[in-house]
Amino acid sequence: MQPVSSFRGKVVPLPVTDVDTDQIIPARFLKTIEKLGLGGNLFNDWRFLPDGSPNRDFVLNQPRAEGASILLAGDNFGCGSSREHAPWALLGFGFRAVVSTSFADIFRNNCLKNGLLPIQVDGATHSRLFQLAEDDHPLVLTVDLASQELRLPDGSTVRFPIDRFSKQCLLEGGDQLSYIQQRMDVIVAYERSSPNLLSTVA
Amino acid sequence: MPKAAIDSTVVKHQRTLYEKVWDAHVVSHEPGSPAILYIDLHLVHEVTSPQAFQGLRDRGIGVRRPDRTQATMDHSIPTRDQALPILDAIAAKQVEQLRINCREFGVPLADLGDQAQGIVHVIGPELGLTRPGITVVCGDSHTSTHGAFGALAFGIGTTEVEHVLATQCLLQNRSKTCEVRFSGLPAAGVTAKDLILALISKIGIGGGTGYVFEYTGEAIRALSMEGRMTVCNMSIEGGARAGMVAPDDATFEFLADKPRSPKGADWDAAVARWRDLPTDEGAVYDRVVHLDASRLEPMVTWGTNPGMGVAISQPVPEPNGDLGVRKALDYMNIQPGKPLLGQPVDVVFIGSCTNSRISDLREAARLLQGRKVSPGVRMLVVPGSEQVRAQAEAEGLADVFRQAGADWRAAGCSMCIAMNGDQLNAGQYCVSTSNRNFEGRQGKGGRTLLASPLTAAASAIQGAVADPRRFV
Repeated sequence: MQPVSSFRGKVVPLPVTDVDTDQIIPARFLKTIEKLGLGGNLFNDWRFLPDGSPNRDFVLNQPRAEGASILLAGDNFGCGSSREHAPWALLGFGFRAVVSTSFADIFRNNCLKNGLLPIQVDGATHSRLFQLAEDDHPLVLTVDLASQELRLPDGSTVRFPIDRFSKQCLLEGGDQLSYIQQRMDVIVAYERSSPNLLSTVA
Repeated sequence: MPKAAIDSTVVKHQRTLYEKVWDAHVVSHEPGSPAILYIDLHLVHEVTSPQAFQGLRDRGIGVRRPDRTQATMDHSIPTRDQALPILDAIAAKQVEQLRINCREFGVPLADLGDQAQGIVHVIGPELGLTRPGITVVCGDSHTSTHGAFGALAFGIGTTEVEHVLATQCLLQNRSKTCEVRFSGLPAAGVTAKDLILALISKIGIGGGTGYVFEYTGEAIRALSMEGRMTVCNMSIEGGARAGMVAPDDATFEFLADKPRSPKGADWDAAVARWRDLPTDEGAVYDRVVHLDASRLEPMVTWGTNPGMGVAISQPVPEPNGDLGVRKALDYMNIQPGKPLLGQPVDVVFIGSCTNSRISDLREAARLLQGRKVSPGVRMLVVPGSEQVRAQAEAEGLADVFRQAGADWRAAGCSMCIAMNGDQLNAGQYCVSTSNRNFEGRQGKGGRTLLASPLTAAASAIQGAVADPRRFV
């Protein structure tokens, strides 16, 4: 995973609540055995009409989505299935952060393990961002992970929460698996002290 | 020091079921980091595992505990004739990749044609791998199903699948606890599915985010293990990653004769341990939600998420300015202000990890016995596992379905997720016993009405959404 630090990004507003992972990437695209190449299917059934042509009414097909890296979404983003294909598709499209008032638990975990920032803001900030994004000029925000701040065009800042461990991993591009592997002696000791008869092969 | 304070240091901390299972599986917990949680059972399927196995290959490491890992294929596989080659080349490759991965890494696989094959959440309990007090994970959000046994079971992403394959552990933060108490007993025709749909309609699909549910109360105690699995299965639809039921005699009876359950003295010792798992009296949950099961009716969903449900006799709500409700009604092409009863349906699907077990099929068959699926309705009955299929055929249920005009299939996820060609056409209405009514979930443009197997069977007979209490 590439380290995540500070970046400036254009915002795409998607004012829909309870966006589930079946919308982010429909299940029929999960037959791949790869992580890459899913950006083209992001929001597939909202983005494309039945004949396969782009749906011009959908925000990702509009000029304001060009080069955007921050998705401003409605409440409870990423509910539903555990498919990590959802953050893979968002990253594949070019998003580096999603802003919402809340994220589903599994989706949030999956984002943090792939360098996609789930930025949680309060309701008032959320409404304000949508207002700013509805203006004619594209809304550009600065995301600073180190200070956990979202910087608005008027210079004001909003702090967002993130757990210390995930933050450190993101800043360093650190691998969470190696953290567990480095404690293998403790794991082996645990297994010895907690005998368990469960076996899938015996 | 006041006496009370001194006493409190010697009184054993009262813990909930979740806290007991959590505490017993924390390998280490360093300040500022998530805990390293030990995973007793890792279930694997073809869709969310290929990239994880590739990750192991890239790192040059193996599966640390193949003996704690069980793979099967369920999502992408056909349910028509599983002996034939899979026509969808991409799905065929994914299925073949699971075979290659299991061979290469020594992971046991319940392959197509194997008696143990089936939906991953149906076979775990059938095999006796799922049991009280253990931790279970799978790259699948409906892993919450296994919580019915008093296990801590939850879905994970593919990166975490790789972590568990590599170490048998997972980095986790402790969840908050929420007691979901169903007091009273449901009336005839009101089933486990209706209990859980009623809960989700009450709290909303994000209502349980950050929590683990523990289902308690008279109605839960009265449920069979299969009913408890149905309830726990849809915990995730209420936003909770896991849902649990404290084990009791019904749990032990279910497990007693399962192939991999402990035997002899090991069984007795296990049951003795399991009896200590229920939440201690006086333990405090972070939140309590209460529903009176005796007041519930059969439930049906009208919208595009599982929280958009109503009692079957009640009107579909008006949007009243709610854009989400408006959008859902538009997608569903359903009129608010009147009940769904009588809404014509095109397809009825009985299956999925929510409702594809033998008791679900028995209930549906009870209604369909001697009756016919309404002309013009396509009914698909898909058993949850090869074992359920065999049992349903032996009991004559499959004949009931066939004689009624339903299509009786082989085991798999099928039209719940529509990855295998079993799908709705755009605009079709489907009464489905599955767990998700998201836009396009059962096929692009398809419209899903979630309900119990009883309601699904009644609707198949009627050709329209029907109240099963008229038939039972």
